[in-house]
Amino acid sequence: MTRILIIAEHAQGKLNLSTRKTVSCAAQIADAEIDIVVFSNDAQEIATQAAQLTSVRCVLKAEHPNFAHALAATYAPAIIQMASNYSHIFAPSTTFGKDLMPRVAALLGVGQISDVMAVEGSHRFVRPIYAGNAMVTLDADPQHKLVATIRTASFQPATTNGNASIESVSISATLPTHTRFISHSEEHNDRPDLQSAARVVAGGRALGSAENFNLIYQLADQLGAGVGASRAAVDAGYAANELQVGQTGKIIAPDLYIAVGISGAIQHLTGIKDARTIVAINKDPEAPIFDVADIGLVGDLFTVLPELAKHL
Amino acid sequence: MSKILVCIKRVVDYNVRIRVKPDSSGIVTDGVKMSINPFDEIALEEAIRLKERGIANEVIVASIGPTEAQQQLRIGLAMGADRAIHIQHDTSIEPLTAARAFLKIVEQESPLLVITGKQAIDDDNAQTGQMLAALWNRPQACFASKLEINGNIAHATREVDDGLETIELDLPAVITCDLRLNEPRYVKLPEIMKAKKKPLELFMLNEMGITLNQQFKTVKVTPPPARQKGVLVKDAKELVELLKIKGVL
Repeated sequence: MTRILIIAEHAQGKLNLSTRKTVSCAAQIADAEIDIVVFSNDAQEIATQAAQLTSVRCVLKAEHPNFAHALAATYAPAIIQMASNYSHIFAPSTTFGKDLMPRVAALLGVGQISDVMAVEGSHRFVRPIYAGNAMVTLDADPQHKLVATIRTASFQPATTNGNASIESVSISATLPTHTRFISHSEEHNDRPDLQSAARVVAGGRALGSAENFNLIYQLADQLGAGVGASRAAVDAGYAANELQVGQTGKIIAPDLYIAVGISGAIQHLTGIKDARTIVAINKDPEAPIFDVADIGLVGDLFTVLPELAKHL
Repeated sequence: MSKILVCIKRVVDYNVRIRVKPDSSGIVTDGVKMSINPFDEIALEEAIRLKERGIANEVIVASIGPTEAQQQLRIGLAMGADRAIHIQHDTSIEPLTAARAFLKIVEQESPLLVITGKQAIDDDNAQTGQMLAALWNRPQACFASKLEINGNIAHATREVDDGLETIELDLPAVITCDLRLNEPRYVKLPEIMKAKKKPLELFMLNEMGITLNQQFKTVKVTPPPARQKGVLVKDAKELVELLKIKGVL
């Protein structure tokens, strides 16, 4: 019997899209019973959202004052406490899940499959290695509990036709206090979130300055798109770090990705491989970005972007 | 005074365009340039800087791998580590096994900090640091882009998906590094020569008294599906028209 526990990722009272994608992945395993656990100091609102997800059987509320912030060291012992009921434990392969799940696995004395991109059976999964330049199919020993993180770019969000029950679990595990949350900062803006946006416009080093990077914001706003940047643009200080797209930044899968002045280093291409339509605007016809682009436009971005604005 | 243990991995150099073996059994590594995993190099740099600031007095660099992994350990010594520990093993191991082996070293050395990369760029697992922290029952700060040590407390700033998070940790603890933490120094030739005299201790993984986790079997390794060759348009007007035809605008 496959029984899957999913650790919900949430922020500001909202269930993250990454959790819905993790549910979709779990639902691809035949005859799986899927439960979600919500760790929070006040879990009701998030649990209610999680209970609406299709294929979820039960949502567990794990409430404790120490769960106000997602700290791996604090969550992990509580997950171990409930692990005995499950054959699989999943979380999204976001910084949240990447931080947490190996700690859970080690406490259980088992290994982990990171970044599941395809399900081929209850214990057979495909994951990327070498920055997505190869894919490995793995068989996990069914004698062991399977801990995995799910690559969100590979799955669609679960629909919301469900009606799962909501239960409370009381935490008996000792929660360590050796790790404490201090602060969190982010760029605040009204644009769609890069990770979940249907359209993304991204700029590279060719923009030349933080001021010129505003051209990217203007195009994004015209398209209702999220904004991304290459590592080179981030390193040059043109864009904030959380906008970075690529193996060392965010891996995204929008319907439309427009790369402006991005040459297309391997590590950047890894982050956009799953985009449905890739558009590249670059003045260098030899740029590797054109190898993956569905539509390429060779030209100077400072000429092309104003024209594009006119025609949109 | 305190020690810092840095765990590094020998991996295919990040500039190498990797090839999948025709029999789908793995990646071609014969005759391919090997290097210290770039994230681990950042870990080394951070440890050496902490020593230079007087926060630690010894940096130990450790690696699990075949005899050739000593090349990377020697580079670590040339960068500024004081001594090296080589845990010899010729086949690839799962991260849980690596964490168990490093725990043995931690128990022997009692470091104030263990620093390693957030992931190795070959398997991209991003597990070993967290697993070590769990087995050691100590705090972890993953994807760190800033680290401050004050006595027995560390403040680590972490690169998380929606920005930056700062957490406070009681030491000892495990830190995994993101790219932004620092820029590793270049190693100069005289340092490489000097590093040859620094001590390197050898362990055999199979003799360390740990259980090798063998939970996963590789069925096959394949190249990613290639994207179809795209089309070139001549200007912005044609681009917009094509996007409309494709139904994405």
